[in-house]
Amino acid sequence: MSFRSPSILPGFGLTFGFTTFFLSTIVLLPLAALVLSATSMHWSDFVSTVFSARALGSYRLSFGASLLAASINLVFGFIIAWTLVRYEFPGRKLVDALIDMPFALPTAVSGIALTTVFAQNGWIGRYLEPLGIKVAYTWLGVTLALTLISMPFAVRAVQPALLEVQRDLEEAAETLGAGRFYVFRRIILPTILPALLTGFTLAFARAVGEYGSVIFISGNLPMKTEITPLLIVVHLEQFDYQGAAALGLVMLVISFVMLLTINLLQAWGRRSQVRAAN
Amino acid sequence: MAATDTYAEEVSRPGQHTWVQALVRWLCITVSLAFLAAVLLAPLATVFVMALSKGIGTYLHSFADPDTLAAIRLTLITAAVVVPINTVFGLAAAWAIAKFEFRGKSILITLIDLPLAISPVISGMIFVLLFGLHGWFGLWLQAHDISIIFALPGIMLATMFVTFPYVARELIPLMQQLGNDEEEAAITLGAGGWMTFFRVTLPKVRWGLVYGMVLCNARAMGEFGAVSVVSGHIRGLTNTMPLHIEILYNEYNFVGAFAVASLLTLLAALTLLVKTLVERTGYRRR
Repeated sequence: MSFRSPSILPGFGLTFGFTTFFLSTIVLLPLAALVLSATSMHWSDFVSTVFSARALGSYRLSFGASLLAASINLVFGFIIAWTLVRYEFPGRKLVDALIDMPFALPTAVSGIALTTVFAQNGWIGRYLEPLGIKVAYTWLGVTLALTLISMPFAVRAVQPALLEVQRDLEEAAETLGAGRFYVFRRIILPTILPALLTGFTLAFARAVGEYGSVIFISGNLPMKTEITPLLIVVHLEQFDYQGAAALGLVMLVISFVMLLTINLLQAWGRRSQVRAAN
Repeated sequence: MAATDTYAEEVSRPGQHTWVQALVRWLCITVSLAFLAAVLLAPLATVFVMALSKGIGTYLHSFADPDTLAAIRLTLITAAVVVPINTVFGLAAAWAIAKFEFRGKSILITLIDLPLAISPVISGMIFVLLFGLHGWFGLWLQAHDISIIFALPGIMLATMFVTFPYVARELIPLMQQLGNDEEEAAITLGAGGWMTFFRVTLPKVRWGLVYGMVLCNARAMGEFGAVSVVSGHIRGLTNTMPLHIEILYNEYNFVGAFAVASLLTLLAALTLLVKTLVERTGYRRR
């Protein structure tokens, strides 16, 4: 078997060559540098960097807050997607377009704006303060920032799946006497489950790596409100390149696992859609 | 069947149905709008309220600051270099992947998407590891008096990395979906490769191309984490708009910080507008 199937179209050599060359220089080579820098460390140095108390504290916050943010988006992302797909109301198109705002909005802008709104004297923060809820400069603020920036992933993953749900199946079930909740549990939920999980994973993957919006609202106290990406920056600023690379490698491995999970979930989603169509 | 019991319980009675549905509908819309208002609209409104809090004069005056102007210029230059390069790459990658069958194609697609899965901080750090003073090529670069990190080339490289997949991932599925028939017809009738590309393929995919370029541009102008790591934050020299926002904010110059933020917010709104208009032409996001 040859490397590629024959085609009468020209330009394979040029475009394939350029693509692989550019990909290698801009993406693969620099990433290889990271892996090599981290693995050239002495084993004991690597372990002491990656498992230092400060690093462990940062993982706890990064992963905990990201999981919480992805869970919040699992619930609200579904409700928003459901509302946009199933109900007609004034301004629906505008709301639909606004969902992508966190994609388009620079993270530094989200960061300073959220901090201002949820600070002690901010529009929303001033009402939470008497209740004893502090958002800005706590882990709650970190979670809030991560929720905002990962929200579109959850909504946009579920929306197309909800459109795919066969309304005639729902109507048939209702004609046969099934209640709304029963229809939801037995017909809608199974159809959109892969999409819900994909949205959850995408949101989590985005949240774990986030930096810009978090550093403004988190207060950045070591062990308390310091996320892992920030700890990497701290290492870099002290010219501890190897320490930074070691933490970077940990995050890189996690990103790969997330990417793999997302691909598997999407494959599952496609399979169950094919099953539903047959 | 075990399900039969639950089934019987949940049989709806006429009349009960409609008001429950109306309640659920009302609840869903209210919860959605309240969530979006608190998390999205309030911060967006804050940007403009804070920027204009000392009046429109102070707002406009904050753009007269030479460092702010330098940051705006640097952001525009970076985007002007990065977006075209990534567009050419995206077109080449889409041509190779959509028009031909070859082994390892899905691996290539995954690798192109890779930067999207990587933390911005890591995206910047990898260039520091290569070109920083203590990096692999650091001493060589210093000996030859070339600065990449804490200078314009580093900012461009980091931006190029984070925006790398945007055009390609829009074009690849679009070109795959549109198929090769017209291109093959053109070649059979004697058109050259470039002619086929410019006269047949490019018009076919133009909206997908615009879509990808607009998203690429938004990310290029707004990138914070990756650029922050490589820029060195030298005022008036290596500060892009998002980095300049951070400096002004940390100096408690809130009007200045939110004034620059308001420009980026307008850019984001413009991006969404173009995106919506492109989708309205019939080009749908898959």
